[in-house]
Amino acid sequence: MKKTVSRRAFLKGGLAGTVAATTLLNSKSSEAAGSFEGYPEGMGVLVDLTRCVGCRSCEAACNLEQGLPEPAKPFDDYSVFDEIKHGEKRRTDETRYTVVNSYDVPGMEHPLFRKVQCNHCQEPACLTSCFVNAYTKTPEGAVIYNSKVCVGCRTCMVACPFYIPTFKYSSAFDPKIMKCIFCYDTRLKDGLPPACVEACPQEALTFGKRSDMIEAGRQRIKMNPDKYVDHIYGEHEVGGTAWMYLSSAPFDKVGFDTHVPKEPILNSVKDFLSIVPMVLTIWPGLFVGFHLLATRKDAAKKIEEEKKEVKS
Amino acid sequence: MRTRNKLLHCALALAIGTALSGPFTANAMDASDAPDLITIDSLTNLYGPVEFDHAMHADLADCALCHHHTTGIPAQDPNCLRCHATSGEADTVACADCHTADRFNKDYLESLDDPMLYHVDKPGLKGAYHINCIGCHVEVGAPSGCQDCHVMNDSGQQMFKTGDYAPDPQDHNNGGH
Ligand code: SF4
Ligand code: SF4
Repeated sequence: MKKTVSRRAFLKGGLAGTVAATTLLNSKSSEAAGSFEGYPEGMGVLVDLTRCVGCRSCEAACNLEQGLPEPAKPFDDYSVFDEIKHGEKRRTDETRYTVVNSYDVPGMEHPLFRKVQCNHCQEPACLTSCFVNAYTKTPEGAVIYNSKVCVGCRTCMVACPFYIPTFKYSSAFDPKIMKCIFCYDTRLKDGLPPACVEACPQEALTFGKRSDMIEAGRQRIKMNPDKYVDHIYGEHEVGGTAWMYLSSAPFDKVGFDTHVPKEPILNSVKDFLSIVPMVLTIWPGLFVGFHLLATRKDAAKKIEEEKKEVKS
Repeated sequence: MRTRNKLLHCALALAIGTALSGPFTANAMDASDAPDLITIDSLTNLYGPVEFDHAMHADLADCALCHHHTTGIPAQDPNCLRCHATSGEADTVACADCHTADRFNKDYLESLDDPMLYHVDKPGLKGAYHINCIGCHVEVGAPSGCQDCHVMNDSGQQMFKTGDYAPDPQDHNNGGH
């Protein structure tokens, strides 16, 4: 059997050798490399798992809108829900910015489906961790990127709490970040909803001002307290995300990481980032950064877990 | 069994759709006021039109289960009754007249800012159809697959990369990732 290593473990492992310089960490004086407060008026999407029927129309619409490569299987082929790789359900990559996965929840007659894509964080870890400022959070709410300035260091990939950014290496010198951009170029900037939202037959994806989406979520929960878990995932997780979720099953039963910190990931990495303002001159520092991002994210998660345990 | 019956009754009367925009004058409205067969063709960019048998669904369901309070029969949901207990028959019962086809356009979203508006989270037309239709179909064991109601047309096949446009498995089985 071929031994498989998760992407993150691989990154962590490869970088562990550079930990020596961690002592640098104690310098707290300078400003954060990136800081960002989020746009309160931005748009958002409320994903209601109780409405999703797993039709994959959103995946098909995304593929078309973003001009992505032909999929291995048609979008009306539901055998993809059984695909497991490295013990995980399907995830987004450079050929698909969104995937829908199916979850059998004990005690439920029908599976629940969960759509995965970039959550367009209010204070994105990808953005704040990027040394060359390749990422931008637009006032409309999208987290977009400029492939031209990306140096392919993959920091964002490690920093993202949802494992979203992936890379396309068409040539060794031209790495390209690939992820959902909320259809910013073709739609969002003109006030239009992303292609997936428009395609969804069930209105499982509701588009509107983020603040209105929170209102709508609260209202749905209030009107149907027996149907929903009393929580909007993404309202506070990692400091808030533009894409948020309602579910009828506990979130950890349908693939959500319920241990992500409530604060932006940035808060746990910015001390370090503040001492690496320029990438090219200090590659060793950069590699330490990788490692820290990985370990800090885990550390933050652990603290969150412990907090939860104490509570319960 | 009660809810199941109710749902059976509900079945599909929802989808009066765009075809039904004609004015109704009668006071007491029932299914005989509606055409027996309604063609729903709002998704013809991807699928052939759906012939909706309104008469059959009206036999199975209370009007209110799809038409809410609009036919003049009070809705059952206590929350609706807060305002609509005596609101009587509405000027229109057509789905499309309340559930907008362009649910997320800017003007519509802005119109939701009206502080006097209660229905700020009302599904658009496509959502209203599918949520109601599929919800009930699943419940009563009626057909609920996409293509049980919709026949995909050529542009649908193109978008879903299926049928004539299905990927060649040969191109994708190189062991890759
Ligand atoms: S989900 Fe990940 S890639 Fe998307 S904005 Fe948040 S940190 Fe960035
Ligand atoms: S299009 Fe809507 S209902 Fe279909 S899989 Fe995507 S989110 Fe679910």
